[in-house]
Amino acid sequence: MTIEIAAKPQDAHTPSDLLARVARIATQVARVHAEDVDRKARFPTEAIEALKSEGMLGALVPSSLGGPGVPFAQVAAMCEVLGQACSATAMVFAMHQIQVACLVRHGMESPALRDYMRELVERQWLIASVTSEVGVGGEMRTSVTSVVREGERFTLEKDATTISYGAQADDLLVTARSAPDAAASDQVLVLLRKGDFTLERKGEWDTLGMRGTCSPPFKVTSRGDARQILPVPFAEIASHTMVPVSHVVWASLWLGIAAGAVSRARAFVRQQARSRPGSVPPTAVRLAELSSLLQSMRSSVHDVAVEADRLMGSGDADALSSISFALRMNNLKVSASQQVVDIVHRALLICGIQGYKNDSPFSLGRPLRDAHSAALMVGNDRILATNASMLLVLKDD
Amino acid sequence: MNESIRSILKEHGRLAIEVETLAEAADLYQAGMTSHASVNVMLALESQFDVEFPDRMLRRGVFGSIASIREAVEELTAGR
Ligand SMILES: Cc1cc2nc3c(=O)[nH]c(=O)nc-3n(C[C@H](O)[C@H](O)[C@H](O)COP(=O)(O)OP(=O)(O)OC[C@H]3O[C@@H](n4cnc5c(N)ncnc54)[C@H](O)[C@@H]3O)c2cc1C
Repeated sequence: MTIEIAAKPQDAHTPSDLLARVARIATQVARVHAEDVDRKARFPTEAIEALKSEGMLGALVPSSLGGPGVPFAQVAAMCEVLGQACSATAMVFAMHQIQVACLVRHGMESPALRDYMRELVERQWLIASVTSEVGVGGEMRTSVTSVVREGERFTLEKDATTISYGAQADDLLVTARSAPDAAASDQVLVLLRKGDFTLERKGEWDTLGMRGTCSPPFKVTSRGDARQILPVPFAEIASHTMVPVSHVVWASLWLGIAAGAVSRARAFVRQQARSRPGSVPPTAVRLAELSSLLQSMRSSVHDVAVEADRLMGSGDADALSSISFALRMNNLKVSASQQVVDIVHRALLICGIQGYKNDSPFSLGRPLRDAHSAALMVGNDRILATNASMLLVLKDD
Repeated sequence: MNESIRSILKEHGRLAIEVETLAEAADLYQAGMTSHASVNVMLALESQFDVEFPDRMLRRGVFGSIASIREAVEELTAGR
């Protein structure tokens, strides 16, 4: 028997400790600026800088490339704690982790991309996502634009409808058809490095909620090294990683928004109870109901996060590209996006006018506005239409 | 069988290129078949060959080429 004295990550870097650090950033930094971020529709610089200084933008990068290799389910838990404090911070963090997950899971065979991931751990590059495109809306599996390869180089232009934190990001991951004559669904994913692209802002981002994600439309113009085109078809990246990871991290941060709203409602009911000891305030029954709704949401989000983590970890390509897995991941997105709105709305009813006011400690306007983005981030009807067609052939055996 | 598969692909696959010109092993997704179109292809195959694809076969790879579709149908109709 050999005893391995490999350089074990120190205690300070165990996943649960990292989660505790993110929780601290959530309460001590993200929450403090959340209001201002929302009001001014400005990027949550303080919280993202704090996350960078703890090395969190490289959380998913495996230890073989110098990262902490945090399990995916832990990253989902980080999105949840951030979501409780500042939805915009949580969404920026979540979107970035989706991009890193795609690189980590589909770029390991490329020396150039491995170098990039090492650099990402060191420099904490922030990566934005460019899937949506003028003309195709939220249909991620279709592109109008294409990569044009010229020897070792490529050029790529894209009219993007929405790029969250486009102006603040270092690098971009962009979908495009694999060649000018390729079919609309024959796509690749391309990493655009800072300096290789320019963004021309085509509009504003003055929205109901998720204001701090700073997600206006942009025209992207780029050229780069062809080795930055991921070596596998986007179809595989989407079904094995981008869709399941997106749905789990989004659902997790929506769970955080819901939990944050419930904790305001709880504080409100406790305050009512304290003001009249001996009698149970009528809102307490509604709170009891709300607590059970939150519990169901939490169980379903956690269950699916663990399942996705397990399947992605197993590398079982057949299971990952199966219709039943796609259906479960889509179900999570649709149900969590509805639950978050329902839960925040019920919390508002409990807090009454104190929840409706923007300047009260029980204010629920921001979480309610943020929650309404969930159903639109890839329209639920679009997802349900996909599920409907999959159910025509799925037998559940 | 290949002819029936090709005619189903022609009708339901929404391919960006002529089905006749496709090699048996050619990637149908690269030829433009979307996931949505692939479901219609599955339904038409089930009806044409009077089979039901079990869930374990409902994966991209199985419907990824004419050859792989033929193998799947042959597996289901074997011993009839
Ligand atoms: C906060 C936020 C951040 C975002 N960040 C990014 C980002 O960083 N990068 C990025 O690429 N995108 C981003 N998006 C865009 C997002 O992912 C979707 O692409 C976009 O919201 C969809 O736009 P749409 O509603 O105009 O288009 P569509 O998808 O065209 O939907 C329009 C309407 O049609 C319905 N619909 C569409 N297809 C069908 C169908 N087949 N059956 C039934 N109904 C259908 C939809 O449900 C919806 O009601 C972001 C969106 C939000 C809200």
